[in-house]
Amino acid sequence: MGILQHSHGILGDLTERREEPDSLEFDDIQHFLMARPPALAARYEFLTFERATAGREWLTGLIDKVGTASAVGSSLLDARWVTVGFTWNGLQTFGVAETSLATFPEEFRQGMAARAGVLGTIGANHPDHWVGGLASPNLHAIVVLFARDVAERERCRGEHERYVAQCGGVEVLSALDLEAIPPFDYAHEHFGYRDRLSQPVIEGTGVEPTPGSGPPIKPGEFFLGYPDEEGPAAGLPQPEILSRNGSYVAYLRMEEHVGAFRDFLRAHGETPEQQELIAAKLMGRWRSGAPLVLTPDRDDPTLGADSQRRNDFNYAKMDPYGYGCPLGAHIRRMNPRDTAVNMNRRKMIRRGGTYGPPLPEGVPDDGIERGIAAFVGCASLVRQFEFAMNVWANDPNFHELGNERDPIFGTQDGTFDLTIPKRPIRKKIKGLPAFTTIRGGAYFFLPGIKALRYLASLRDGV
Amino acid sequence: MATVAPATPSTPTERDWTKPQAMAIPKEGYFELQKGRYGPIYPRTPACYGFNIIAKIKPGREDAIRAYGKTIEKAIADLPDALATLKLHYLRWVLFDIGKDTYFMYQGIFDTDFDKYTEDAVALFTKYGVNTVFENLEEFPEDWKTNVPAFVKFVREHQCSSFLEYGEYPYATADEIKKALKLKAAFSDMLDLMQ
Repeated sequence: MGILQHSHGILGDLTERREEPDSLEFDDIQHFLMARPPALAARYEFLTFERATAGREWLTGLIDKVGTASAVGSSLLDARWVTVGFTWNGLQTFGVAETSLATFPEEFRQGMAARAGVLGTIGANHPDHWVGGLASPNLHAIVVLFARDVAERERCRGEHERYVAQCGGVEVLSALDLEAIPPFDYAHEHFGYRDRLSQPVIEGTGVEPTPGSGPPIKPGEFFLGYPDEEGPAAGLPQPEILSRNGSYVAYLRMEEHVGAFRDFLRAHGETPEQQELIAAKLMGRWRSGAPLVLTPDRDDPTLGADSQRRNDFNYAKMDPYGYGCPLGAHIRRMNPRDTAVNMNRRKMIRRGGTYGPPLPEGVPDDGIERGIAAFVGCASLVRQFEFAMNVWANDPNFHELGNERDPIFGTQDGTFDLTIPKRPIRKKIKGLPAFTTIRGGAYFFLPGIKALRYLASLRDGV
Repeated sequence: MATVAPATPSTPTERDWTKPQAMAIPKEGYFELQKGRYGPIYPRTPACYGFNIIAKIKPGREDAIRAYGKTIEKAIADLPDALATLKLHYLRWVLFDIGKDTYFMYQGIFDTDFDKYTEDAVALFTKYGVNTVFENLEEFPEDWKTNVPAFVKFVREHQCSSFLEYGEYPYATADEIKKALKLKAAFSDMLDLMQ
């Protein structure tokens, strides 16, 4: 999960990238999956359009504000960064031809709510309980605003509110404000885990992968119209102007039950050190970010903060039995490294941040919703995002475990376990509680800039 | 009083490998419709996950299919772990005639779900640069290398679900069986060392 924080790396790297003849079209690709701006606040607005003309008029006035990959990397003075995406229903409402709509992949056409069984969003996570109208077929578009600070976000919020009112026929179904949580010197979420530790590097951006992160990934794994890990782009939605330089993103609003999480740590660890170890076993990293494979017995915050060392490990050779990082720990499921195949076809880019106020230590849960509202970007939702949810997060028999799901992120209902390998006898925690609940989600298509202009210029009956 | 059919075993406690089990499967191939990524999820039975794919072969392709047997035999001899990804127990390849037509049956027993098996299989074919024997079958999509959903659709459309499956050691995975055999060998070595 990406948390809004100061950026160290990708923004600067992009300004120095090499220009190659067949390189990515940075001027046309929305910045969202390419560059991470230094934002400390954000706002997501979920929109519905009463009619095609309303949507097109709204989009026409907004296109010039949408940040491209090249623009976001070129100025340090920008204070806000805008991204726009559409659901399949949204594209339909815009008047995209039925023959064109039919060329989008099945899972995108159905939308995230209809894929609940595949994703494991069942029980308390079911779309019936989602908030903000996210499960509604009337959800047509999202505007993601990243802002340098809360003041800038509020300025933009007011500006967009006035603009929407002026357009007519455009309604904000719901909105979510996000803010980084203190301390601000490193990215982390409400449970206290350091975040943004492992992100794929895209070939052609000039960014060097950190040690242990593997080679750069072909751009076609994230942006339509480019070669992917299997070869040339194939089977893209039509017309090409609509799909080229676009990406799919899966949005998830995930509530974090901080009180339940801290109660669990206390119930399974008598001392603060033991509680930290349990927290680390759930994640596969200490909350500092230091990986258990490299430091299984005690935390090493210096290692956790060191981007050149904290990803430099594998599982098959360094920790095959999970004595350091349990086989079912969150990071071992979400990125099995050398213990899974076709890894380069499962990579995803994460963006997003924390919402809700932090819960101070030692305070009982106040019942206020807090969590992570994140996006997973890819070129194929079924092959990348849905695979990760279906197989890595929720398959009880992952790595032959038999009755486990991802302890942080999987669909938990008190009937699954967590096995912590240990000599001479492993420890098994039975009946893991749910630390998170999915409160909403949706599939969006993030078109390139030319595609946005194409959408805005559509006419009825064309 | 009518008896209620036992529910699909879903928890490990019901999956006791010491007690042989049989499972009768409804005509649809599943007990209740659960959507997987590419279609209905077929259940894990006492005989693990599996498929029985039956398709008519293109006229004159029988020899090509039989020759493929030798190709796979050599590939596995050269690289025994080539198919490890697929978490297989067994594969069986059969050719048989109905009237003047020849049909191909491909039966597999494995430990990952149907969709994952098929995705992984396509990736393996690409990785090793081999064509699939399926190219000799009628209705097989020509663009299968770049169109995984079409490959999966073909496999699903030609899947004939079992109506009964039996396991002498139900639900044991290939990895568990290999671990048990390894343990037996280790104990045997230990006893040798104790002499």
